[in-house]
Order: sequence, then structure tokens, then C-alpha cells
Amino acid sequence: MSGLFLIALNAVLIENYVLVRTIGCCPFLGVSRKTDTAMGMGMAVIFTMTLASGITWAVDHLILVPFKLEYMRTVAFILIIATLVQFVEMALKKILPALYSALGIYLPLITTNCAVLGAALDGITEGYNFIESVVFGMMSAVGFALAIVLFSGVRERTAGNDIPKAFEGFPFALVSASLLAMAFTGFSGLSI
Amino acid sequence: MSEEKLPLGRVLMNGLIFENPVFVQLLGMCPTLATSTTVANALGMGLSATAVLIGSNIAIAALRRFIPEKVRIAAYIIIIAGFVTAVDLLLQAFLPELSESLGVFIPLIVVNCIILARAEAFASKHGVLPSAVDGLGMGLGFTGALLLLATIREILGAGTWFGIPILGEAYKPMITMSTTTGGFLVLGCLIACVQAISQRSQKKEASK
Repeated sequence: MSGLFLIALNAVLIENYVLVRTIGCCPFLGVSRKTDTAMGMGMAVIFTMTLASGITWAVDHLILVPFKLEYMRTVAFILIIATLVQFVEMALKKILPALYSALGIYLPLITTNCAVLGAALDGITEGYNFIESVVFGMMSAVGFALAIVLFSGVRERTAGNDIPKAFEGFPFALVSASLLAMAFTGFSGLSI
Repeated sequence: MSEEKLPLGRVLMNGLIFENPVFVQLLGMCPTLATSTTVANALGMGLSATAVLIGSNIAIAALRRFIPEKVRIAAYIIIIAGFVTAVDLLLQAFLPELSESLGVFIPLIVVNCIILARAEAFASKHGVLPSAVDGLGMGLGFTGALLLLATIREILGAGTWFGIPILGEAYKPMITMSTTTGGFLVLGCLIACVQAISQRSQKKEASK
């Protein structure tokens, strides 16, 4: 049990995907203008990453490893993730239309979110078992959601600020992200 | 699908400077930030991405008449994933140290938006040769951006360039520069420089 807790703590804070390992920056910078959209994106990522980690683990251990097809991992995983996102989209539309209308537009974007593929591949390289992989995937996604929601708060607050013209838009977002990342380096000293 | 004649030199310069994928199009942020800690890593990442980009652009341009419109994105991703796997295996075989230090970022080239963006915006509409040149230009533009970022970060963060100490013994490295914080900060400042330059040239044109 404590093993799982450590994996979770590590994934959310110490090795935060966005702010420490810089995986998944595109949606982090792209859809963080408003807290509502950031929240939606975060939820959609948590949902897909948890599912994707479990399914890719199963495919890796039941199909790729027994048939010695490990070199196909990247191709297989990206296919699984792309299909999964499509299925999740269709299933949500049918079963939970309310959730679909909240998450709908973010779902297609997730296919190219490198955090999903990154967590699936990391789970395999770390040698996690099924439960650990799922927890790792889910908690990495929680870390992503935490980062994007915090960041959207910063961006909402600073939206009307008077800043040098050259820094308007993207550069300003990057510098704010840098300060947020500095806060997260504080967690790296956490000894567990 | 219109076939227009494009001057190849123009296509190359487009990728290198005018539409630089990192500084102008703002694509591919994750590998840019993550692998620009040292110049060696940046060069490895840039060249791997260039190889994938040229390969996938050629393959997609050659197959553009056979890929059905509706499943084109899925088809592109499979083609890209194939090239990424090839590069990954080659690196593991011939440059195991580089492969080790780039780690998960080599397979993650699959989801690098630059490659899919070029497939969709250029290779699917042009012939094989211009697409190859476009891949080369964009790839080198990406590599150049990574090298610039890595040069600043490695010199400030470790006092070295390509592993060669250049700032002397007395220099105390700013470790922050090698972490994510430094990556975001340096990239932000570089893009601000690009914006300042383009704003100035716009102003000049307006006053003419």
C-alpha cells in the first residue's frame, strides 16, 4: 500500500509531468487561458490517461512481450491511444451526454498530448505491475490537471496586466510557467 | 489537391527562418524544453526529429493520392510512428549513450506536433521533392532553435558548451538554468526577442 502512495506522491508532486519533466506542454500552454477550460482539459486527461495506462500495460504484457514484439511498442501504443480516445468520445456521447458536452472538445486534442503516451511508456520502463501502472497513469494525470488549473489561475489574474509589448501573449505565458515550475522544484527536496 | 511549383530554396528558408517551427509557429514545445539542457542532447533530438520529418514527409507525399481523406490523420500517425521506431532502434544500436539520455523523448517524437503539422499542411498537398526539402528545412529550423536554447542554458547552467568548459573554474553554475524553470524562462525571452524584431520591422514597413 505504501508503495502505491509513494508512486502517487512522486507522480503528482516530485516528478510532475508538466512542471518538472516538461511532458505535455502543448495543452498546458494552449488551453490554460481560463480556469473552466483548464478544469475540463484536466478531467478529460485524467479519464483517458487512467484508461490508457491500464490498456497499454495489458497489451504490452499479454501480446507484445509473449510474441517478442517489444520493438512495436511505440506504434502499438499510439494506435491504442488514438482508438481509445475515439471510443471514449463515442461512449460518452451515448452514455453520459452531460459529461460529453463538458469534455467533448478536449477529447480529440488528447491524442497528441504526449503525457498520455509518456505515462504509458514510463510505466513499462519502470517495470510497474498492472495496479501500479494504473495508479501511476492516473496520478501523473492528476499532476497534469493540478499544474494546468494552477497555471490558468495565474493567467486569469495577469490577463489585464500592462507588460512590455514584446512579451505579450506566448512569452509572458512561458515566463509565468517558469515561475510556477520554480515553485515545484521545491518538492524535489522531498525525501521519501 | 493543387500542384503548384514552389522554388525549393524558398521552401527551405521558410522552415529555417520565416516559419521557424519553434520561434514563429510555437510548435513542439515539450521536446524543445526537455532536451535543450545540454547542446549534445539538443543536437541528438534535433537531428532525430529531422530524420523522422524528412522520412514521413516523403512517405506521406508519395502516398497522398492513396490515403482516404477520412482516415488521413490515423494514417499519418502510423507512418510517423514507423519512422520514429526506426530512429529509436538505430539510436539504441549505434548511439546507446544518447539514446539513454534522451530516454522517453525519442518515442515521444510521434506526438511532436511539428511533424503532424507538416504532414497535414505541406506533405499532403505537394510532391515528393518539395516535401523532402520542407522536411529538411523545418527539421533544421527545429534543430537550430534547440541548439540556440541549449547553448544559452548549458553555458549559464553548467559553464560548458558541448561538454567543454568555457567559463573557467571561478564560474558558479546557475543550476536553475538546467531545470524546467530555466527552460521556460529562456524560451520565453527568446520568443519575446523574435516578437520585438517582427514588431520593429512591421513598424518600419508601416512608416514607409
